[in-house]
Amino acid sequence: MAELDGVLGLLLEPLQFDFMVRALVATLAAAVVCALLSCWLVLIGWSLMGDAVSHAVLPGVVLAYIVGVPFAVGALVFGFLAVALIGVVRDTSRVKEDAAIGIVFTTLFALGLVLISVTPSQTDLSHIIFGNVLGIGTSDLVQILVLGAIAAGLLIVKRRDLTLFAFDPTHAHAIGLSPRLLGALLLGVLALTAVVALQTVGVILVVAMLIIPGATAYLLTDRLPRMLVIAPSIAAFSAVAGIYSSYFLDTAPGGMVVLSQGAVFAIVFLVSPRHGVLVAVLRRRWRRRRPIRRRPAAP
Amino acid sequence: MSADRPDTRTLELRDVTVRYGEVLGLDGASVAIRPGRVCGLVGMNGSGKSTLFKTVMGLVVPDSGTVAVMGLPPGIARKRGIVGYVPQSEEIDAQFPVSVADVVMMGRYGRMGFTRRPRASDRAAVVDALERVELTEFADRQIGQLSGGQRKRAFVARGIAQGADVLLLDEPFAGVDKRSEATISRLLRELAADGKTVVVSTHDLRALPALCDEAILLLRRVLAHGDPRDVLRPEQLARAFGLDVLAEGD
Repeated sequence: MAELDGVLGLLLEPLQFDFMVRALVATLAAAVVCALLSCWLVLIGWSLMGDAVSHAVLPGVVLAYIVGVPFAVGALVFGFLAVALIGVVRDTSRVKEDAAIGIVFTTLFALGLVLISVTPSQTDLSHIIFGNVLGIGTSDLVQILVLGAIAAGLLIVKRRDLTLFAFDPTHAHAIGLSPRLLGALLLGVLALTAVVALQTVGVILVVAMLIIPGATAYLLTDRLPRMLVIAPSIAAFSAVAGIYSSYFLDTAPGGMVVLSQGAVFAIVFLVSPRHGVLVAVLRRRWRRRRPIRRRPAAP
Repeated sequence: MSADRPDTRTLELRDVTVRYGEVLGLDGASVAIRPGRVCGLVGMNGSGKSTLFKTVMGLVVPDSGTVAVMGLPPGIARKRGIVGYVPQSEEIDAQFPVSVADVVMMGRYGRMGFTRRPRASDRAAVVDALERVELTEFADRQIGQLSGGQRKRAFVARGIAQGADVLLLDEPFAGVDKRSEATISRLLRELAADGKTVVVSTHDLRALPALCDEAILLLRRVLAHGDPRDVLRPEQLARAFGLDVLAEGD
């Protein structure tokens, strides 16, 4: 009993601080929304696009702060601006797509850094870059939860269309849907999600939350609906593990959350029953040791 | 003008020209494809086979000329789900985490509501389509676990579930074993017999007379259209492919 009390006590200890509760809720919300989105991003091959958009929203967020409009507005504008600019550079010059993405998002990110450096502010905007999950106020938390709910809601309601878009956009077009619109929806949600996540883990680590959970779930199942359960579960587990370990080890919470996700991925990568690398090696060995059962085909 | 109205039963291109920048995709292509027959679309790479399919699906808008699908402009035809498309193998990510039944269900999306929640009628259509292509026992498999030929049939089933009147198949026999090829051919003939318009683009000239009721020889415009044996005469092929085909004997 005493031991159980001890464990429970440890689990409850951080929660006596309001800022820890807010940090936990905010990180959970951001992680779950990012994880949902990550399922489609890894399947389409848009991980780099996730990287780009989450960085490119920075100047939008800073400008929104200066003008006094919601962060989400600035983020959406700059998210789409980034995608449009990438398209222009790719399609009208001989520069290839990966280079176009690299040029556009780093330039916009740099613009954000410059804007931050010249913006006098009470809340430190540089927290957006590395995240400041322990400093999240109640109003920040409300914003995170509202935007997160909108993003998650859109993804869940349109999940079948998004899956079709990811799988076979030509068929989507052939039956009268608009692949262009569905792509825009995904990018819009990506920009919203970036706003949700950048206050928790910061712009730089958002990318991890937008890729790792989906990639991990993809190694565990061959069904997208199951990925949409597994990825958020992994992300939620990692969020809790990360926040708690950062509390007890006195380390950066954003970093710990992403490290937890990376650790889960590493384990799954090795021992996933279907697609684990270690499992595949062991299976091959096992087969080699039992050659008698594998009879040659009839002549 | 009424005599000039497009026929509501055919797939018709009139003087269609498509340019991609400097390159001509199609150059004044005109053809009318009737339902109830399997039609082979033959030509070398870059002859405009894919472009022709794209104009029918409304993916590419011609620079000049008109396309009429069952008498309708492609934009309206696709909204009504008239055109079904069976993609080339390379266009599809076989690792994608969807089941065979999921893929066939995607044929129904055009008929569903905002969230694409399947109704009983949609499920029944998927069951019927899978039965038709003899993949019922594979319904719950991930698509990558099917053979190349079975995967083709799954996409044909998607077109059937969609209720498409026009079925476009892009290189359906690439990477498909002979037995599956025979199964697919039989299936396409059955669909044509049901009154569908079936158009197959292919490199495989040897399989063509057995599969197709008619053939179209394409080199950015329609060089010949008619009985496969006439269309595929050596002198015709020489025009469409250049003489090296004759030298190689296939």
